[in-house]
Order: sequence, then C-alpha cells, then structure tokens
Amino acid sequence: MIQAILDGVLTGAIISLGAIGLTLIMHMLRFANFSYAELLAIGAYAALVFDGLFSALIPVLDQAFAPLTLTGALALAMVIAMVVTGLSAVIIDRLVFRRIRLKADPLSMVFASFGVALIIRNVIVLIFGHHAQLYSQEIARAHVLSFDPLILIKPDQVFVLCLALVLMFALHLLLTRTTFGFAIRAVAENPSLAQVAGVRLSAVIVAVWIIAGSLSAAAGTLYALTNQLNPLIGHVFLLPVFAATIVGGIGSVYGAVLGGFIVGIASGLALMLLPPGYAPAMPFLIILAVLILRPQGLFGEEPR
Amino acid sequence: MIGLISYLSFFLTMAGIMAIITLGLNLQWGYTGLFNGGIVAFFGAGAYGTMILGSGAEPDQFGGFDLPWLVAVAGGILFAAALAWVVGVLTLRLKHDYLAISTFGVAVALESLVRNSQWLTGGARGLRGFPRPFEELVGDTFTYGLVFLAIVLVVLALVWWGIERLVHSPFGRALRAIREDETAARALGKNPARLRLWSLVIGSAIMGAGGALYVSYTAFISPQDLLPVLTFQVWAMLIVGGAGNNRGAVLGAVLIWGVWTLSGFALTRLAPDSMQLDAGSIQYILIGTLIVGMLLWRPEGLLPERISQKPTKMADKAVLEVKQ
Repeated sequence: MIQAILDGVLTGAIISLGAIGLTLIMHMLRFANFSYAELLAIGAYAALVFDGLFSALIPVLDQAFAPLTLTGALALAMVIAMVVTGLSAVIIDRLVFRRIRLKADPLSMVFASFGVALIIRNVIVLIFGHHAQLYSQEIARAHVLSFDPLILIKPDQVFVLCLALVLMFALHLLLTRTTFGFAIRAVAENPSLAQVAGVRLSAVIVAVWIIAGSLSAAAGTLYALTNQLNPLIGHVFLLPVFAATIVGGIGSVYGAVLGGFIVGIASGLALMLLPPGYAPAMPFLIILAVLILRPQGLFGEEPR
Repeated sequence: MIGLISYLSFFLTMAGIMAIITLGLNLQWGYTGLFNGGIVAFFGAGAYGTMILGSGAEPDQFGGFDLPWLVAVAGGILFAAALAWVVGVLTLRLKHDYLAISTFGVAVALESLVRNSQWLTGGARGLRGFPRPFEELVGDTFTYGLVFLAIVLVVLALVWWGIERLVHSPFGRALRAIREDETAARALGKNPARLRLWSLVIGSAIMGAGGALYVSYTAFISPQDLLPVLTFQVWAMLIVGGAGNNRGAVLGAVLIWGVWTLSGFALTRLAPDSMQLDAGSIQYILIGTLIVGMLLWRPEGLLPERISQKPTKMADKAVLEVKQ
C-alpha cells in the first residue's frame, strides 16, 4: 500500500511536469496536442546523446554524485536537453502548427499533431533503435533508502521528486512574480484583451512552447533516470498527461500539478487490485470519472 | 493468373472494408466536424463483438454463442454503437478537446482490455474459428474470395447510399449547420449535442460494421489488429480523399491502402536486411507525413466537399413570392 503510494507520487511528479506545459498549450492555442508527449521523448534522448558526449569529452564529469547514479555529465546534459527540446517545440510550431493555425480550424491541428507524433516517434526509432536504454549501468546497484525493509526507495527517486518540485516552484515564481509571467497568464485568460494591453501574442506563444518543451524534457529525462528509456515513452505518457490536465482543468497550471499526482497515485493504487497489464487503461478510467463527476476539472473554468 | 486475381480480390476486399470505415469517419468528421481519435476502438468493438457472438464454443472461453452470421454482425455493430454512445454522452456537451482525448483513451483502454482478459477475448493469442458466411455453399477458396469481395462491395454500396440519404436529409443539413456555425444552428432551434451524438453513434456503428466484416473474412482477431495505426490510416484516407465527400473518402481509402501495401511490399523486397526491422517505422513516417503534408498544402483533399448551390423548393417559392 505505502509502496504503491510512494511509486505513485514519483510517477505523479513526472506526469505533473509534463502536464503543466500541455495545459498551457491547450489553453492558449485551443487544441489538444497529441504530439506533445513526444517532447518527453525528444528531451530524454537529447539527454542521452549529450550525456554520452560530455562523459567522453570531459571524463571528470563522469563521476556519479553518490549515493545518486546521476553524473555531472548527465546533469549538464539534462540542462542542454531542456534547451534543445524547448527549441524543437518552437521549430515544430513554426513548421506545422502555426501554418495550420493561420488558415484552418483547431481540429485540423489535432489531426496534424497526431501526424507529427507519428513522425517524431518513428524517426527516434530509426536513429536509436527499438531497444531500451539506460543512462547509467549502475542503476541496478544503487542502494536503497528506507526505514522499513519492505519499502523500496532509491536515492535517485528522492532526487527526482525534489527536482520536479523545484522546477514547479520556479515556474510558479515566473508566473506570479514577473511581468513576463503576467503576460502569459493574460494571454491564457483572454488573448484579444491581452493584445489590446500591448502583449505580443506571437512572443508569448514562443515562450510557452519553450517552457513546455523544457519541462517535458526534464520529465522525460527524470523518468528515464529512474526507469529506462525507449522510443515508446511518448506514447506511454500521452494519456496520463492528458488525464492530469483534465483532472486539474484545462488551462490551470496548479490543477495540472495536482492532477499529475492524482493520476500517478490513483494508477499506483489501482495496480494493487488489477494485473499490471491494465495499467494503460487507468488514465482513461480517471478521465471518465472526472467527466461524470466534475467535467470542468478541479480548477477549470466552466466548460464551453 | 489465378494467383493474381485472388491477390487482387484480397486487396480489394481489404480496401473495401477500409472504405466502409472511412465513410463512417466521413459522417463524423466530414459532415459533422467530430474528431474521432479512436477509430480502432469502434472497429475492434465490432470485430470482437461479432467474433464472441458468432463463433463456436471453446473450453475455458467466454462466448461461443454460435449465433447466425447476421445476428452476430448486428450484435457487433450494436456493441460499437453502445461504446460510442457512452463516450458521446459524456463528452459532446463539452469542448471538442474532450471528445478527441476520450476517443483516443477508449482505444488505448480497449486494447489493454483485450490483451489482458484471457477469458473474454483470448488475450494476446486472440480468437479464431469463425464460421465464414456462405463458405460451405461455395466450396473452393478462390471463388469464396470473390464472393466475399461481392459481400463487401454490397455493404459498401449500402453504407454509401445510407450516408448520402442521411446527409441530404434535413438531419444532414442540420449536421452541417452545427459544424459551420453552432450558435446560428442553436438559434434555429437545433440541438447540437443531440445531433452530434447521433452522428458519432451512427458513424461508429459503421466502423463496427467494418470490424465485423474484417473478422468474418479473416476468421481471426487478436490485439495486433487493434493497434493505433488503423486510426491513422483511416484519417489519412479521409484527409487525402477529401473530407465531406463520400467519393473522396472511397478514393482515399483505395489510394492509401494501395500506398500502404505497395510500400510494405517494396520495403520487404528492396530494402537491405539491416533495414527490415525499421520497415514498419518508415511506413509510419510515411503516413504521418501524408497527414501533415495534406493538411498544410491541400487541406480540402483530392476531391473537396461540394456544397450544393441548388435552392430547395421552399427557397424557390420564397424567391418567387418576393419577386411578385
């Protein structure tokens, strides 16, 4: 029970990181972006590439910070992966979504986002192969922190949770304490009014893609650090991340954070009752429950 | 020669089944503007429903009702329609994002259900042993292939005729009205949520019919038939062919199924051994590029929707009265 909750909290933190960007994008661009979760994959694989590069070029960095398996090279690689993924998100928007946004309805963007997801996922397969990869081979030997021998907590997991919370807090400060954050929130509330007030819509959209991309990259890397990395990571996270935004209410950043933890913990608990094969169906059941009980989500505005 | 004809009839049978599914999507997306992200779920519901109702009894296996073919098919279609109704009732009053996410979710959930419920669906090894319709009457497999192709074409014609009748009826005009301007349609006393629900349910029932025909043909279904790629293929068919135009939907289905089959064939024949593992990925990239490319450069498809400019009798009368 406690183990299931702890695992759920960890997965939840990663889902939350992913959901924050999605909820902002969905609210601002008014479309369900099914290619969004592929940003997690881009981030995680970018981190893999730069991790390899740094540890080869600067061997000093290839030292793990005991008791973590995280190395200096990987920490640096993750920061760069966040930048790379943020830029990729902007480029994808430029190449595809912005053009469609300018001439067609939002649902065409949903179709296009599926097409983009297919392309990204399979290009990753072509480059990196189908097999699972790890950042560090030492994961298996990482020792266990806990007071109770039956409950397994790895130091990496504690680190992942803390880092996720730090990133969320940083975003909170950005949104509530800076003019730039006000601009983002203003556009999310009412794009036309924000433009009248002198906010440049295109600049805010670019900024939101960068935020969404870098948080997703962090989520993807942190997931790969505590589990493993394979090209299906985007497909696996797509539904949980959507479930988190719906639980929290589309457009609410705090809702997405809470929704991520709810989805993570609920899935963890449900797997105590159901065989693990049913795990992919859990987020859908959560979505159904929310649509029946409270369609606007926890913090969402009235639908429609 | 016989080999070629029997391959061609196999190809056309599959293309015909895909065309039926694409017509179902055309009702939902082309005429109503509903986004269905889980076509494969409704296809799968029809396929598994038909299989469970129509196959003979097996030990340790739920089902085996051994019902007559038409009854089993009707049951499968009903099952697909019921699934669509549940999703529609919950989401159609909300923003369109919710329908997109929920239909996508229902496909993921159904795939994981059939993969894991050994007692109900045979799990990963699937269900087999379906009495194919009229097989005993025909005898040899070559003629049977042609007979089944005829069955598929008859169903395709029926679905085409039904949808044409539907979209040219007042109901169809109301569907297009809510697609174009929901507020105006509401002001005219139309109930958008109810019209959308009907369109979703009928379209999904047609997809279920596609699934029912598919199991009737293969006499086998497994979770491998329920992969998301089917959804993407059908979208590509409709987008390439032209949403809102049944001719386009069928043309797109045959074209894309041809491209899919040929590319698969070319990759297994021509690509070096080292690339064989990646052949599937290359095909996925092809489908993804087709969808994105069409949306960017020719969003109306090869055969765009034609809105009839011919005034109705009532409008004629009104014009005459104004002139007088």
